[in-house]
Amino acid sequence: MPTHQYVPNSVPRTKKEMLKKIGVKDVNELFAVIPEEIRLTRNLELPGPLSEYEVRRHIETTLSRNKPCNEILTFLGAGCWPHYVPSVCDEISSRSEFLTAYTGDVYSDLGRYQALFEFQSMIGDLVAMDMVGFPVYDWATASGDAIRMAVTVTNRHEILVPKIIDPDKLSVIRACEPLASIKQIDSSPDTGQLDIKDLKEKISSKTAGVYIENPAYLGFIEGGCEEVGEIAHDHGALFIVGVEPLSLGLLTPPGEYGADIVCGEGQPLGMHMYFGGALLGFLACRDDERFVSATGNRWISLTTTEREGRYGFTFVLPERTMYAAREKAITFTGTTTALWAITAAVYMSLLGPHGIREIAEVIMQKSHYAMKQISEINGIRTPIFKFPHFKEFTVNFDKTRKTVHSVNKALLEYGIQGGKDISREFPELGSSALYCVTEVHTKEDVDRLVNALESVVR
Amino acid sequence: MMDQSTDYHAVVWNEPMIYQLGREGRRGFMVPKVEKEIKAAVGDVVSSIPERIRRKAPPKLPELSEPEVVRHYIRLSQQTFGVDSGINVGVGTCTMKYNPKVNEMLVRSTKISHLHPLQDEETVQGILEIMFRMERFLCEISGMDHFSFQPRGGAHATFTNAQIIRAYHRLNGELEQRNEIVTTVLSHPCNAGSPAVAGFKIVTLYPDNETGMPDIEALKAAVSKRTAGLMITDPYDTGVFDNNIAEYVKIVHEAGGLVAIDQANANCILGRLRIGDVGADLCHFNLHKTFSTPHGCFGPGSAPIGVKKKFSKFLPVPVVTFDGSKYHLDYDRPYTIGKVGEFHGVIPNVLKAYAWIMSMGPEGLKETSEVAVINNNYLVKKLLEVRGVSLPWSKSHPTRMQEARFSLQKLKEETGIGAADINRRIVDFGVQRCFLSHEPWIIPEPITPEPPETTPREDLDRFVEIIHQISDEAYTNPEIIRTAPHNCAISKVDPTPASDPKKWAMTWRAYTNRRKT
Repeated sequence: MPTHQYVPNSVPRTKKEMLKKIGVKDVNELFAVIPEEIRLTRNLELPGPLSEYEVRRHIETTLSRNKPCNEILTFLGAGCWPHYVPSVCDEISSRSEFLTAYTGDVYSDLGRYQALFEFQSMIGDLVAMDMVGFPVYDWATASGDAIRMAVTVTNRHEILVPKIIDPDKLSVIRACEPLASIKQIDSSPDTGQLDIKDLKEKISSKTAGVYIENPAYLGFIEGGCEEVGEIAHDHGALFIVGVEPLSLGLLTPPGEYGADIVCGEGQPLGMHMYFGGALLGFLACRDDERFVSATGNRWISLTTTEREGRYGFTFVLPERTMYAAREKAITFTGTTTALWAITAAVYMSLLGPHGIREIAEVIMQKSHYAMKQISEINGIRTPIFKFPHFKEFTVNFDKTRKTVHSVNKALLEYGIQGGKDISREFPELGSSALYCVTEVHTKEDVDRLVNALESVVR
Repeated sequence: MMDQSTDYHAVVWNEPMIYQLGREGRRGFMVPKVEKEIKAAVGDVVSSIPERIRRKAPPKLPELSEPEVVRHYIRLSQQTFGVDSGINVGVGTCTMKYNPKVNEMLVRSTKISHLHPLQDEETVQGILEIMFRMERFLCEISGMDHFSFQPRGGAHATFTNAQIIRAYHRLNGELEQRNEIVTTVLSHPCNAGSPAVAGFKIVTLYPDNETGMPDIEALKAAVSKRTAGLMITDPYDTGVFDNNIAEYVKIVHEAGGLVAIDQANANCILGRLRIGDVGADLCHFNLHKTFSTPHGCFGPGSAPIGVKKKFSKFLPVPVVTFDGSKYHLDYDRPYTIGKVGEFHGVIPNVLKAYAWIMSMGPEGLKETSEVAVINNNYLVKKLLEVRGVSLPWSKSHPTRMQEARFSLQKLKEETGIGAADINRRIVDFGVQRCFLSHEPWIIPEPITPEPPETTPREDLDRFVEIIHQISDEAYTNPEIIRTAPHNCAISKVDPTPASDPKKWAMTWRAYTNRRKT
């Protein structure tokens, strides 16, 4: 083939000279280390090579069949939410240096370390915790790491989680089961609030930690966090809280109601949805050596340098990470989501203390408006749980005798993507969907949904 | 020899912490408005939040205007050394190849950035087609039958494979008995760490002193009816290709275990060896290494796992299927291990890697492995001419694959300068540091460079010349190395907070609170 644009040394003369230096006549001598009987003797059957123009044309044509949320009106959330991404976030996350760096140390990559330390710091301010670690893959992974941390710190082997939890997240959490058994706590059928009586019955001296979420998976705010934390602590268990970060513009940060470990999903902080492919888990804990030692994740600490007054950075207790501890590591770690953490730092510094509060209020107003309007449609009940909600809420179609599937198919005809069908996840909630309304939805968008729903269920 | 100093100096902004730049009242973003009709309809929703859960004081985030935020993070980016910034040949096991710009342009399209993972299948046919076709590509490249894109990094992939191994033995009623994973110490540490976190006991084989490879007899002795599987990397991080691999597969299969081969660094075997043909049951690729997607300062990565047909029923849900006219997401799979992460994986990276494979074509993939291996052996030849540098096991393995692990033990003994010192000095020349070694250091004072196919020969020559110069300095003027770096954004850091809870600070609030007390 002609010299490829990405491969400078594929010029035949260059190769020849390099092989001469190596001291071999033919390149196949270098591959002789692969035994002949396992070597591939045919050519791979793949398309290409294509020119840049052809690649672009092929992929853009294929992608044109997608209908993204700027073409259809979307009310999906459930762990990946449509939020506005400020242009500055896109600008910084596509900066070539941040995009293409990897594992350089602080001397070559000071900027990368500082940006990640600032991410840790700003998450710390949002959740009111002093210790925040390097980002992880997503909220589910972060909750699994939080649980492993609790089990290790307490040396107990039972974890309590709410019954109202994203089943996908629960599936990831269940990978902790060689270490701890997972038990679920009921919630009030009227308000969704965690059933304190059930919690008290299930908690014991075997409980390593109680994990709750605020707001809960189905959108309602959990009002009794402080009491749940006290009950956990009374039994010597740790209190773990999972959060959606924008809600913390309005909700008490977990660090102020007794949380020992906090985790959550950072995608709302400046990441596009990317088909669920741009998630950012975060993990925070009390400033206590036992907690840091109980995870295999990386954490960056501020330090000083030989130049007076200049900051440097260093990785904390590197011997506990899987790179050094191998099979003794408590959690697995590796390439995570640093670029999104830097983007989240940009987002949080753009919004600042007042912007975070405002956006949380806007989301709450718009989602409450949507609930109010939808609830006036004959046969539709929303929200199922009588408690304030943030961003997401349940919509029940039982009285319309329609399945969520059929409602959503009909809504598509109006150019609308309805909420997530949760009728299989929570059969006790009947024909129900989880809707999401954020700052990107206008009154007109919500009214369009309401009109379409009215026609669809009529 | 030419003096390799080019008067390089990194940008020194002495950029303050973003908190120190904030000024009360400034703001960097205007939040979308709420229509007055909405306000009128819902009233004061904030006061509906019970007092006990309502935030009292706003978070102490910094207050900056938009231009200040941009300048701050642009400056931090300028103090970060990426693949585009210069020579990254030193960073072995990472495959720091060029990340094509066209692939970045493609993922900026709202046709992928604005897709929600739970949208109706009808509205995401384009991305499902790419996922489906990419799975076929990876199957052809690896000789496996199915792939899942859910894992986001190599350690996540080995964890997923460990869960599949558990599911397989559980289904056969043998999980309690088969609770051991065999690995080798020169495999990436995740091959020991991930299965341990998944609940397995780990048996580690060490290399033979003479050959640098585990002894076949040692493996035979290590496997038993307790063996759940073998999880190893081939080629090793030493760049040695383990030519006994087919024999290992046979031994482990005969003992009733599964074989998972870590193909994170497959750059040197593309189009030349398919691990599926060798008999592997499970494997994984790192798209952020072999398949050119950018490393993003440490992710997001993507590490699809490949399985043989017999194990596809255990794959995470959903899997993409095609009925001849439409693509579907199949969640209804009774033997699945469930989810290993939320949604479908790092799909923008899947798209970038797909674009790369299309750009290279089958000949281009073969050219990639050819040039990567030529580059590496050229580098080996030249680096071995440097005083104090040796290549352990070079008698039995003079030829290396994608990388090689050198030892600076002789340099250390003769000058007191070791690998970590070299790394503090090399950045003074405007090149990225070297990867040393995963732990434990089987090879003393290790450095592990890896020159992927996108490295021009002149970069290899310059890298070697710099190592030459630093070696000379070690013998004649070691002080310049001991006090390095001299031309970087910061000077030598105090490493003690790394292990001192009284000194460390993981957040600005912890740091400022500590200063107050």
